[in-house]
Amino acid sequence: MKRAAHSTETPQVGRSVPRLESWLKVMGRAEYVHNLRLPGMLYGKIFRSSVAHGRIKRLDVSAAQRVAGVYRVITAKEIRELIAEPYYGPAFHDQPILAIDKVRHVGEPVAVVLASDPHVAEEAVHLIEAEYDELPAVYDEIEAMTSKAIVHDALKPAGTFPDLKHLKGRTNTNIALEFRLRRGNPEKAFAAAPRVFEHRFRTQQVMHTPLEPLVSVAESTESSLTIHTASQSPSFVRIEIARLLGWPENRVRVRVPFLGGGFGAKLYIKLEALVAVLSLITRKPVKVSLTMEEQFFTITKHASTFRIKSGVDKDGRLVARECEVWWNGGAYADIGPRVTQKSGFTAPGPYDIENVAIDSYALYTNLPPAGALRGFGIPQLVWAYESHTDLIARELGIDPVEFRRKNLLREGRPQATGTRMQDAAIEKVLERAAALIDWGKPFDRGTGTLRKGRGIAIGFKACIANTTSLAAVNVNADGSCTVYTSCVDMGQGSDTAMAQIAGEVLQIPTEAVTVVHSDTDVTPFDMATLGSRSLFHSGNAVRLAAEDALKKISQLKSELQLPANTAIADVFRKKYGMRAGSVTGVGNFIPPYTPPDENGQTDNATPFWMVGATAVEVEVDTETGRVQVRRLVNVADVGTPINPRIVETQLSGGAIMQLGFTLFEKMVFDRQGQLRNASLAEYKIPGFLDLPADIVNEAVVAEQRSGPFGAKGVGETATFGVSPAIANAVHDAVGVRLTELPLTPEAVYMKLQEAK
Amino acid sequence: MRREIQFRLNGQAVSAQVAPHETLVEVLRDEFGLLGARESCGQGMCGCCTVLVDGRAVSGCLYLATLAENSEIQTVESTTEPDAVQQAFIEASAFQCGFCTPGFVLMTRQLLDEHPDPDEDTIRHYLSGNLCRCAAYPEIIEAVKLAAKKRRKS
Repeated sequence: MKRAAHSTETPQVGRSVPRLESWLKVMGRAEYVHNLRLPGMLYGKIFRSSVAHGRIKRLDVSAAQRVAGVYRVITAKEIRELIAEPYYGPAFHDQPILAIDKVRHVGEPVAVVLASDPHVAEEAVHLIEAEYDELPAVYDEIEAMTSKAIVHDALKPAGTFPDLKHLKGRTNTNIALEFRLRRGNPEKAFAAAPRVFEHRFRTQQVMHTPLEPLVSVAESTESSLTIHTASQSPSFVRIEIARLLGWPENRVRVRVPFLGGGFGAKLYIKLEALVAVLSLITRKPVKVSLTMEEQFFTITKHASTFRIKSGVDKDGRLVARECEVWWNGGAYADIGPRVTQKSGFTAPGPYDIENVAIDSYALYTNLPPAGALRGFGIPQLVWAYESHTDLIARELGIDPVEFRRKNLLREGRPQATGTRMQDAAIEKVLERAAALIDWGKPFDRGTGTLRKGRGIAIGFKACIANTTSLAAVNVNADGSCTVYTSCVDMGQGSDTAMAQIAGEVLQIPTEAVTVVHSDTDVTPFDMATLGSRSLFHSGNAVRLAAEDALKKISQLKSELQLPANTAIADVFRKKYGMRAGSVTGVGNFIPPYTPPDENGQTDNATPFWMVGATAVEVEVDTETGRVQVRRLVNVADVGTPINPRIVETQLSGGAIMQLGFTLFEKMVFDRQGQLRNASLAEYKIPGFLDLPADIVNEAVVAEQRSGPFGAKGVGETATFGVSPAIANAVHDAVGVRLTELPLTPEAVYMKLQEAK
Repeated sequence: MRREIQFRLNGQAVSAQVAPHETLVEVLRDEFGLLGARESCGQGMCGCCTVLVDGRAVSGCLYLATLAENSEIQTVESTTEPDAVQQAFIEASAFQCGFCTPGFVLMTRQLLDEHPDPDEDTIRHYLSGNLCRCAAYPEIIEAVKLAAKKRRKS
């Protein structure tokens, strides 16, 4: 692959270095919070709501309290003695640590039993009794717009995001945020367009399913609190816990070792506030470790409905697009309002359309909360706009790739926000995906009941702004190097990438660099490891820190009148007369950003664009409706890869994960809001037998000029196009269109029957 | 309620006091500080808790510790240096978060004991009881083939 201009004599960037922690992981020795046990530790087991919406009439914990071995049972009452308003959340302070007065979804935490034996705690949980006055509930995102069932009595924006402040105190609504974008004159353009197409698409609620379920441990003294947590956002956890307790940040320490997967599940705060108060109340270390089942009630991916309408002129050019998106955020906002806005503005897709209207709504419902899952809402949007785009092309009788070519948003052209596209290889990504699937060439279309088809889809994403990353790089007296960053390695290989960046700048091997894991007492602030931002933001901060250290070392050299090529260890020896000292470089990275105006317009919507396309060949069994992906091609613009092998595995892993969300994963709720498949026995995630026979991943030759050594994020990119590419291929194979995920055999079969 | 059981653990004769409800994963973790076998789904569906009992893979989160009496237990901690399988997993980048990796390593050892030169279909079916949410499946297939080659060489 092409290398950026910064290469040195000891190129570390662009090398497929095996993950630095490889030995630890294959030997079963990597540190996870899952493994942590502290002396005298209590285990907390959670008693959860059995109704979707209700006032708590009676809560009786006395029988649980009497169980031998139970240390204590905690409810919201005890928590409120410590924190008067124990509500948290990144966008809204709407989520109580334990339910107060009301429950808003099945599975909401209501009480916690503490015991030194987790089996005892679990047994006692079953003895807690709760009675509820059930309230009318709302589950559907469209119904939530007008429903009389109101999930929250009043909206409580957190105040951290300026565009949410005006919502404070709003009552009688389930709309947590309305995002609006207007460009050009859509009404006029639709009126003039010779052809208008309109479709509606839906996605289902699914779960991240990290195999290390959410887990946090807290220990405390009278004036300090340490939280060991499987979190993607240690800096945010510290801020939020300090705010809840009214403590200065320096009394709250948040430590994060490796994560056993994250995918957005372990963001903002999840169990941290709970373990913090449990430890402060009991003065003992407390661990809360969720079961797989409990994860389904904790954080999920938004179900969504998307109405999309396009006007096309006589030459097949898209002249207007109208997007209405409803996001089912569940009972607590989590980061849903950000998904609504930050993803909402890319809803028209990577097309050059002059007249655009977008209305995107974050909605409360009585389902488990939804947040960010590998794409921050983008896969839901691409599902709709690429299915829609394919349908238009077919109806116009234009080849789907040709139709896209005609309308593609090219470099330098303004996107719906008005921001001009820069370093976004949209065209290249589409062309490579088409080439790799042999688009346009004849192929075996199958016979009888087994039919084959091809499909393609392309999506793009703006990286979240406005966010900050800091880093420090310490060069030790022997010349070895330590990187301090609060970027969390949850499997994406960030430790290795950060070490490569520091090594590249300092011209030392990656393997000689150590990366200190997030510890808010030690590592500097970092917004969070999310939304594919870290390689770009933390990577740039590490680069700046290493450059700062390098500058200080050269100053030292000239001070000591040493030649430029003096080994670092010799510089320190000369300076201190022995092996002593160190040099610390710091890096602070915050890219420029302009907030959107009331029409969603801004000249700088994002620090970088991510582009991903997927092309597939599928086989559909018309007797059973089963769809098998034979060939899966993922192409992405990731800038210039820091570690090509890790990039490839990120693309592959993301696409296979999205394959599960496309073909079978779905949280199934009944009419009472009860989840019917909260276990891996009933909720299947992709395994070996779901793997396409042939998978190809490619990063196009590209450069993100503002990125560290030309690189940008990759974690989410391969998820964008998978779902619509498959639906488009199914259409190609058997002539039916599915507009709702997942594409189960049953759904495909029913469509085939309808078509007969 | 506890009773003492004797068994061999990673080649050493050991004993432990176990309660009837305790699982093998709990005893390995609490009595022996072995953390490589991890409970994840709690239902024997994911393979993160895989342990070899007399050379056969079991789900350690469902396997009662008391049944381990007089058996030979092998966990991922049985080696202090990577064996051919672990080396192959490193070379093929066959993991991301690493949480499921010990289960895959043990299952791959059993697979290669039975099929020294497995084809891709055999690998897929044999390992289908182990899940990896990071979906490092293509790399795991590569690793298994590589491990087979390494084992044949030595």
